Amino acid sequence: MSEPTVATAKRTDMPVLEVRDLHVSFQGRVGIGAGLAGKKATVARAVDGVDLKLHQGEVLALAGESGCGKTTLARTIMGLERPQQGEIVFEGTPLGTSTRLLREYRRRVQMVFQDPTAALNPRQTIYESIAESLRIHGITEQDGMSEEKLVARALSRSGLRPPERFYLLYPHELSGGQRQRVVIAGCLVLEPEIIVADEPVSSLDASVRGEILKLLLGLRDDFGIAMLVVTHDLGLAWTIADRVAVMYLGRIVEVGPAEDVLTRPLHPYTQALLEVVPEVGGLSRPFLTGDAPDPTQIPEGCRFHPRCPEVVSGGAARLGIEDRCRGEDLGLVELRPGHFAACHLAQRILLEGAVPVSPPPDGP
Amino acid sequence: MSVLSVRDLEVIYQTQAGPIPAVRGVDLDLDKGEVLGLAGESGCGKSTIVNAILRLLPAGTTVTGEVRLNGEDVLGMRPGRMRAVRWTEASVVFQGAMHALNPVQRIGDQLAEPIIIHGQAGEREAMVRVGALLEQVGLPPRRLKDYPHELSGGQKQRVMIAMALACNPSLIIADEPTTALDVMVQAQVLRLLNDLQRELGLAMLFITHDLSVLVEVCDRLAIMYAGRIVEEGPSQEVFYHPAHPYTEALAAAFPAIGDARFRRKPSGLGGDPPQPDAVPSGCSFHPRCPVAFEPCPDTVPELYPAGDDRRAACLLMRQQAEVSS
Repeated sequence: MSEPTVATAKRTDMPVLEVRDLHVSFQGRVGIGAGLAGKKATVARAVDGVDLKLHQGEVLALAGESGCGKTTLARTIMGLERPQQGEIVFEGTPLGTSTRLLREYRRRVQMVFQDPTAALNPRQTIYESIAESLRIHGITEQDGMSEEKLVARALSRSGLRPPERFYLLYPHELSGGQRQRVVIAGCLVLEPEIIVADEPVSSLDASVRGEILKLLLGLRDDFGIAMLVVTHDLGLAWTIADRVAVMYLGRIVEVGPAEDVLTRPLHPYTQALLEVVPEVGGLSRPFLTGDAPDPTQIPEGCRFHPRCPEVVSGGAARLGIEDRCRGEDLGLVELRPGHFAACHLAQRILLEGAVPVSPPPDGP
Repeated sequence: MSVLSVRDLEVIYQTQAGPIPAVRGVDLDLDKGEVLGLAGESGCGKSTIVNAILRLLPAGTTVTGEVRLNGEDVLGMRPGRMRAVRWTEASVVFQGAMHALNPVQRIGDQLAEPIIIHGQAGEREAMVRVGALLEQVGLPPRRLKDYPHELSGGQKQRVMIAMALACNPSLIIADEPTTALDVMVQAQVLRLLNDLQRELGLAMLFITHDLSVLVEVCDRLAIMYAGRIVEEGPSQEVFYHPAHPYTEALAAAFPAIGDARFRRKPSGLGGDPPQPDAVPSGCSFHPRCPVAFEPCPDTVPELYPAGDDRRAACLLMRQQAEVSS
């Protein structure tokens, strides 16, 4: 395999992966009769204008409720869904339709799925599962190492040692944690720049999760692999992420350093997500009611406004911005260094110096 | 008198590969109005205990020990009495509400079925009660005309909770009631269960692998490992100041956001939970235990006192007791 032909200049300020204004929608089906009667298919805008940057050696957690589009975004980055609009830029080069570029990209961006049992072929030995990655990409040797050496190295890097012991085993002979390590080895053998992990530990036993997370963090430290970790678990984000992006109804509504986003959230939705993290006394606190968001009917204005506690409680009205919340769609604005949020209220308070969350005034 | 009392429960599954002990001597006590959390990883035997309490285990399974429900011996009950006890004295909210409802029957009819079968009301009266039940779990009574596919996941779980309440049981067993639900919905369902439990003074046995959920809803916690209870005590004490090294590892899997101890420091245990057919000798946790010492591979620990109203099955506890006495 020749040296990568994609722009190899690695400047630290240049993101290894950038997503620009990405839109992915899914068309519903309409029966023939309804179609003739003029009924239009509903369109679910799963990813509705996402901008995101991932830097080398960075762990970015993508969090949100189910149905917010986080998995669709991850799948689109992997090239498993086709975006209607927007582009994905890998090391400064937009991924077009060039087959050569895409093949290259698919080697260097790898995915870890939620359920390792489903991700592994039950009738393939561990060795075959991992060697298959190499064969698909036509790699017979690399760094002067044969296929077998490469497989052995990937297995031991994933913590399956001695690797030879696992060659001839089948997935059902391994524990859940070991299977996830095999999946990770299947990624590592291709020496990726980026790993996209969709809920990498949520199907594993609690006592095993920590070890897999340690492994993932170790890969970042040892090989500078950037990671996009899709999760609904903010505790997990706290444990491993450098930055956290919070997604709501197809859009990123807040992104920034993990410490900032998780301990000083700016967006009311992030605040609500943090409220429901179980802990003592959590049941007495208020949390979001209302319907789960529906990507076929994205509200006007700020897409969170129908559920937003600030709008519902009148906090936004008191700051005179309720009309904006209801009518004005907005993008991410940097409100603290590196910490972006798409919220009229937070912008009004932090940028325009309004008095933060005023108590109910006495007069009208 | 306690609502549920389990003494020295042992369950052995008979399989083609031979007998597999899933529960190996468990004691539980649950009083009226009390919530007991039972936590542990998959394969530790927690769901087997549920099934043993209601005698839902496959035929041929060996169950020994004693289970008493409101003082009545469950394991010796006649089948007819057993059928009556299920629903009216103890009911279960199973995990995966999505699949527990009949997809071709209106939820109202499904809810009325146990009420009618158990002779608690006639058909018309039962429907009135169903409406009230739905209201109790936060669904408008008109939804009783709906089919399961018309409800969201959280609403289906609410229906399952209503069904568990249908015959006024004194004990509710919730087996992973929020596992498949989204975070926001999970919080709503937990609050509902908590409110109902208090309002109706129910005894509740709450089973999950998610320790942080249990701390929120339970008075007491019991932690299981490889078919045995390894620690037991008031829930906050157990979660925040674990006595058993396994509890400590389990609690660390659910880090508190903002706590610097967990930031960029995932912690876990090496190895895997043991298979029920190959449980290690002595303390079954010793191969994975970070603080194991010489007697651990050979000595089976009992539950030793570990502070106020707390017990832990760890030989370190015994040693501490010996040193201090």
